Amino acid sequence: MGTALIDGLFVFMLAGFIGFEVIKRISPLLHTPLMSITNALDAIAVVGAIVLVGRNESPLAHVLGILAVIAATSNIVGGFLITDRMLKMFKSSRPTKS
Amino acid sequence: MTTFAGSQAFIGIIYLIASALFILALKWMNAPPTARRGILSGEIGMVLAIGGTLLQLGVDGKLEHISIDYTWIFIALGIGTAIGVPLGLVQMTAVPQRTALSHAFGAFCVTLVGTSEFYLGTPHIPAFKMAVLCCEVILGGLTVTGSLMAAGKLQEVLPQRPITFKGQNFVNLTMLAVAIVLAVYLVHDPGATHLYPVMVGIALMFGVMLVIPIGGADMPTVISLLNSYAGLSAAAMGFVLNNKLLIIAGALDGSSGLILSVIMSKAMNRSFTNVLFGAFGQVAAAAAGGQEARPVKSASPEEAAGILAAASRVVVVPGYGMAVAQAQHKVRELYDALTKRGIDVRFAIHPVAGRMPGHMNVLLAEADVPYDRLMEMDDINGDFPQVDVSLIIGANDVTNPAAKTDKASPIYGMPVLDVERSHTVMVIKRSMNPGFAGIDNPLYYMDQTLMLFGDAKVFVSNIVKELAH
Repeated sequence: MGTALIDGLFVFMLAGFIGFEVIKRISPLLHTPLMSITNALDAIAVVGAIVLVGRNESPLAHVLGILAVIAATSNIVGGFLITDRMLKMFKSSRPTKS
Repeated sequence: MTTFAGSQAFIGIIYLIASALFILALKWMNAPPTARRGILSGEIGMVLAIGGTLLQLGVDGKLEHISIDYTWIFIALGIGTAIGVPLGLVQMTAVPQRTALSHAFGAFCVTLVGTSEFYLGTPHIPAFKMAVLCCEVILGGLTVTGSLMAAGKLQEVLPQRPITFKGQNFVNLTMLAVAIVLAVYLVHDPGATHLYPVMVGIALMFGVMLVIPIGGADMPTVISLLNSYAGLSAAAMGFVLNNKLLIIAGALDGSSGLILSVIMSKAMNRSFTNVLFGAFGQVAAAAAGGQEARPVKSASPEEAAGILAAASRVVVVPGYGMAVAQAQHKVRELYDALTKRGIDVRFAIHPVAGRMPGHMNVLLAEADVPYDRLMEMDDINGDFPQVDVSLIIGANDVTNPAAKTDKASPIYGMPVLDVERSHTVMVIKRSMNPGFAGIDNPLYYMDQTLMLFGDAKVFVSNIVKELAH
């Protein structure tokens, strides 16, 4: 438990710094799509819920797991879909090669 | 046991690849040309992680001789997809409430998983695991109800105006303190199953209390803050499950929300505590009192069209009022008509022009305004002295020069667009009623300012008609 905790904290700290550095560089133009894609990525929590449903260790965990999978999946699908729709709209006034 | 070790390493490597793809997804989001590649990268990472988890479950099931319930997993994935598709197809004006709703869904998932882990583990949960579990469900719980409240206010099913009462801050802080005390007790005694629902209940109530004092204009900050909480609760869940991919995704989401909240509160000249403890409502009410009628100059669509046609540099300043009037497509037609005449037209976007960070850019992009014409406040403010006409559509406070000069103004210190330095300022406005925050704008009484009274959509289309002659 001890080393797993420390490992986890290292990962959290490094990911936090990477997050700050990467997101600082994102143009304010795209802040809305940024929020919708981070929302979709955050729904990776679905893996924890899938394990709960699959292992079916108690009726409560099973039901809560199913609800959790539904909530997270709708975020994944909806989040990627709307981000893609938004980004398709961003066109430059300069003609593109394609 | 080689298969077991093999499967552990296998899922670890899948998660490692997914983490890299998630970071690349955000990296590619930095500019429009590469942004769609970012979505693909995120999607591949997501599919890999889910597929890997399903495989891993099967392997573990065989090793531990338990049957894995794939049926319900796929039913739940199917229902989630069926709910997600319509949520991905909402109108662009509805994106802020959709985003708030998805913060609620994300936090809901995290809170439910945390709750299941608690009841599966109690009374034998190690202290550290219990501590992060409490963080997970408290943050998750308050994000669920807080985001639902925000979504309700944005959708206007709940009143937009801030609801404040005496002793509000005391009540809120007490609730938070009680939740923390309960969490500490649960860490000490994870068998106290009767206290757990109380703690979650308080977190849920705290979320409601957190958002009721917040008005519509402060929504960009609140949505960003809730985004950050949703991310942090997911990271806490990663600690509970010892899942590094979740820790990484949660940390990325948490830092993204935090950066956006800082940008938003700077743009509104507010501190976090100020937004959260909603002092704005009272100040604005006081300022709205002492008003006298002062003369303004107004102009007709023909006159406005004439002035625009004679200009060589025009800056359009859109505000949320433009989106409310559904005028963005007409504004694009105006942009086309002026551009055809060889006039340089740009858009000045204040960071809080919409109802969430970057919202105005999306609304204009939807109306086919090229994104390289959309300028950030800091990039365009220096150019205003060379601008012939600034056309303000549905924006008020973000153009108020009193924010720079009048120390008594409630918005003093808020960064604003320097429109008053352009040669002519035209303001499309329904009437002389003050804007959202109820603050009078001295810009309207200046010599170079012309008021264009009317509905934004109708007025702009009349200007376009005049320009067509």
